[in-house]
Amino acid sequence: MRSRALGIVVWLTTAAAAVLAYLLMPSFVSDFHSRGLAEAGAYFVAIIGLNLLTGYTGQISLGHGALMAIGGYTTAWLMVHEHWRDVWTIPLAGLAAGLVGFLIGLPALRLSGLYLALATFAFAVSMPSLLKKFSGITGGGQGLRPIEEAPLQITGLSGTVTILGHSVTQNDFLYYLSWGLGLVGFVIAWLLVRGRVGRTLRAVRDSEVAAASAGIGLARTKTLVFALSGVYAGVAGALVAIQTEIVSPLSFTFVLSIVILVGAVVGGLGSLPGMVLGALFIEYLPDISTRVSQKPGVPDFVYGVAIILVMILLPTGAGGLLKRLARPLTTRLYLRP
Amino acid sequence: MLLALDWTQLAQQIVIGLASGGVWATLAVALVLIYRSTGVINFAQGEMAMFSTFIAWSLVHHGLSYWGAFALTVVISFAGGIAVERTVIRPVERAPVLTVVIVTLGLFFLVNGAARWIWSPETRSLPNAFSTRPIDVAGVAFSIQDLGTIAVALAAVGLLWLFYRFTKLGLASRAAALNPEASRLVGVRVSWMLALGWGLAAAMGAVSGMLTAPALASFDQNLMQPVLLYAFAGAVLGGIDSPLGAVAGSLLLGVLINLLGTYVDWIGGELRLPVALAVILGVLLVRPAGLFGRPVERRV
Repeated sequence: MRSRALGIVVWLTTAAAAVLAYLLMPSFVSDFHSRGLAEAGAYFVAIIGLNLLTGYTGQISLGHGALMAIGGYTTAWLMVHEHWRDVWTIPLAGLAAGLVGFLIGLPALRLSGLYLALATFAFAVSMPSLLKKFSGITGGGQGLRPIEEAPLQITGLSGTVTILGHSVTQNDFLYYLSWGLGLVGFVIAWLLVRGRVGRTLRAVRDSEVAAASAGIGLARTKTLVFALSGVYAGVAGALVAIQTEIVSPLSFTFVLSIVILVGAVVGGLGSLPGMVLGALFIEYLPDISTRVSQKPGVPDFVYGVAIILVMILLPTGAGGLLKRLARPLTTRLYLRP
Repeated sequence: MLLALDWTQLAQQIVIGLASGGVWATLAVALVLIYRSTGVINFAQGEMAMFSTFIAWSLVHHGLSYWGAFALTVVISFAGGIAVERTVIRPVERAPVLTVVIVTLGLFFLVNGAARWIWSPETRSLPNAFSTRPIDVAGVAFSIQDLGTIAVALAAVGLLWLFYRFTKLGLASRAAALNPEASRLVGVRVSWMLALGWGLAAAMGAVSGMLTAPALASFDQNLMQPVLLYAFAGAVLGGIDSPLGAVAGSLLLGVLINLLGTYVDWIGGELRLPVALAVILGVLLVRPAGLFGRPVERRV
């Protein structure tokens, strides 16, 4: 009884600390860094979605950048052609990418492992040329430019935004928006994986045959997770579009898909809190490696070395480390007095 | 439309397709070698091949002939591949597969950065390996360069096949890939066999890079990225666990892409890759293990 109460206290403290950190962060960092954090927030949303798919269900996707493109272009298109307010396009961007994710999930029923990786990779590689080809909708190589074509729909273009009576800068607003959606996405994902759904997903990951014989519908589970993961990617893409105010085929190349995967693995597949660290890693590592030296090639070299070192030192990602650090605490919680 | 087909042009286009397919095949075989022994796709394979090509460029720049540089680069790349395996892959040998995949992605950035650091990002060119004049076969003019590329690519793959098929070392490597525990019991040094696989893959990649570069007017450090994509696609098309399948798949892909690009206006240059990938996806949906791959059997 006592350990249960202790557990609840620990959880509540952690949750309160997380929310407090979220609310107070802009007071501690400069406006410029709020912008960087906002970008990391968009990555965070995408990485959670990829973790549900790859970490919990075991389906590799190298195509999440393309799903983000669907979300980003939906947002930009709605702003430019339908004159929607940027924030209100987010749900539809999520739905559109979710639908495409569902469609990609269909071949996933027959393909596994590397073949699925190739299928999703093909999607990511083809996306830029498809975006250029269908220039009627996507604006071709130029892309869609809400900043020029629909500046009235951009929240905070005048410099400040008023939320619940508080006036904040545009960058702070973008930070609150991205990580706010990130928190919501995190809680939804956590509620899903901690219960029956999570057990279903892990069963599919660990053994498809065993899962099927336990009465789990493989086809239904896989396509639904693909769709859900697509919704996350779509929301992330919408956030990227809102932040950059311009979308073009170059914003969503296959490198983005790879960066998202790196973030998920560095964060630790199968761990949700680790995803925060994964998002910060892929956001700030390029900055840090540029700071080492400006010589051509050196930043990429440092970037590569850092990724390899992290993987050698933490083969299960930051999430694995967090679990190990928290073990003394959690084992105490589960011990009967 | 079929009646209007120009057979001379068709034959020429098929040979051009085979030439690019042959180059992809060497890199595809490199991917398959590493996949069979380590179970991962080496995303850095193309960049390693690019690095080898730049080594070859340096050697040529210092006065070696193309073929002299070719041979020396293959040897250096073989040693380099082994060194990469020992330093970077060995520590994560027992880690989850995705961890190893991410390490190869890190290697991608590392090698690309190193090449731009060492050789500075300018465009360069390699001399032509073959005469550029056309040759007449049965009334149709083919370029010697294309035929030579096909020959060298097939010879490299053939040598590799001879090594795996007829030497004791080749047998040991195949055994290590197939059943590591049992091979260890009969005295095969499994870990070193993996390193050997990486070395041979790097050497095959070097061949692929050195065949790609002279055909281009100029090249830079992004030379092998499209080649890696096509090689990956070719290997999966043929069945990722079958070297012969990878060769056949790459050649097929080369011809297919070239013919589609030539005869279907709507595809042109831009949509070649997406269309080729869509075709492969179609093939995979019908035969999920590739054209020549064995279906994976799993014990529950």
